[in-house]
Amino acid sequence: MSQEEVLGGLAVIVNEVAGVPVDQITLDKKFVDDLDVDSLSMVEVVMAAEDKWGVKIPDAEAKNLVTVGDAVAYIEANS
Amino acid sequence: MPSLNTVTGAKHARIYSVGTYRPRRVVTNAEVCELIDSTDEWIRERSGITERRWAGEGESVVDMAAEAAKIAVERAGIEPTDIGLIMLGTVSHPYAFPSASVEVGELIGARGAPALDFAAACAGFCYGVGMAADIIRGGSAKYILVIGVERLTDVVNEHDRGTAFLFADGAGAVVIGPSDTPGIGPIVWGGDGSQKDAITMTASLNDFRDGLVPDYPTAVMAGQQVFRWAVGEMPKATKEALEQAGITAADLDVFIPHQANNRITDALVRALDLPPNVKVARDIITTGNTSAASIPLAMDAMLQSGEAKSGDTALLIGFGSGLVHAAQVVTLP
Repeated sequence: MSQEEVLGGLAVIVNEVAGVPVDQITLDKKFVDDLDVDSLSMVEVVMAAEDKWGVKIPDAEAKNLVTVGDAVAYIEANS
Repeated sequence: MPSLNTVTGAKHARIYSVGTYRPRRVVTNAEVCELIDSTDEWIRERSGITERRWAGEGESVVDMAAEAAKIAVERAGIEPTDIGLIMLGTVSHPYAFPSASVEVGELIGARGAPALDFAAACAGFCYGVGMAADIIRGGSAKYILVIGVERLTDVVNEHDRGTAFLFADGAGAVVIGPSDTPGIGPIVWGGDGSQKDAITMTASLNDFRDGLVPDYPTAVMAGQQVFRWAVGEMPKATKEALEQAGITAADLDVFIPHQANNRITDALVRALDLPPNVKVARDIITTGNTSAASIPLAMDAMLQSGEAKSGDTALLIGFGSGLVHAAQVVTLP
């Protein structure tokens, strides 16, 4: 699975959960500061990512996923 | 060995009526923000809440429950003396004994009725409805008063940023009785004690008495953990409740989840893929999270405003501290 594929899938999830336009969701963007994805929306994003890629993202790990790139890298490494 | 007689009751049960009590004092987000470091905008975004009711003088758990119960009994068209059992769900009655329910019976003119309190936190109302339906069908009572009541301001630290804006006070009661047609679907319920710390108290009353903790015990909640559980697990329970009742989401008129947080309701609506014509309870906006009282408060508000009507098919789900949950489909009174 390529980085582009994970990013594309994650962008769809973030769009569905928080209404952020897909084209704004790039690797360098911070979920909270740049995309306005708050902690509750982040929980939903994490759960949807777990379902989609069969990864386990514990709350302790989820806290470290600051940027979209962090999340993509975690999913790539653990799925 | 002698053979013992047993009894059986009505074939079915239904909700006859709902009555509620909302405390007099309205507390805005601005007022809460004088107590916690927060803003109106943050509270609205995270919970949907714009204001809530906080109980004051003359609005104890028993007072509020009795007022709601009186209205429910009157609307049911029965006499208080017809009540065959009073079941009261609460986690905020300040006396371990006697029960709040037996006091309510005295206040509403139902002396003689058996009475019990039970604690299933925010799932309390749905637990009560499920148990009442089975007791009626089992023949141990004909009319049952099920009450959900909370004075959560007594168990919340008004300076706690995570809970002070969320929890509030109020009471809701329903009369459940015999019916020719099914008005209460099978209950789908469960508990998960491994998550007992997700919504708990800072200490026990004994610890406080013994000087082991400096402050009176109050509620403490791991908000994100609860959110994750509610959004991940509750859709399964609601789908099972629909399945067990033999209907689909397309048959629903109304969805009344426990008014925990508007964001949880949003996520549940998304996960359940409810048809757009299903009315969704949003009473939390002006009521806050009233735990066991939230579902009957929301039900009454929807019926009074005309948003829902008598005979509508409604999906209920309660979930909270335990963690415990219960769901069922009912016909609205």
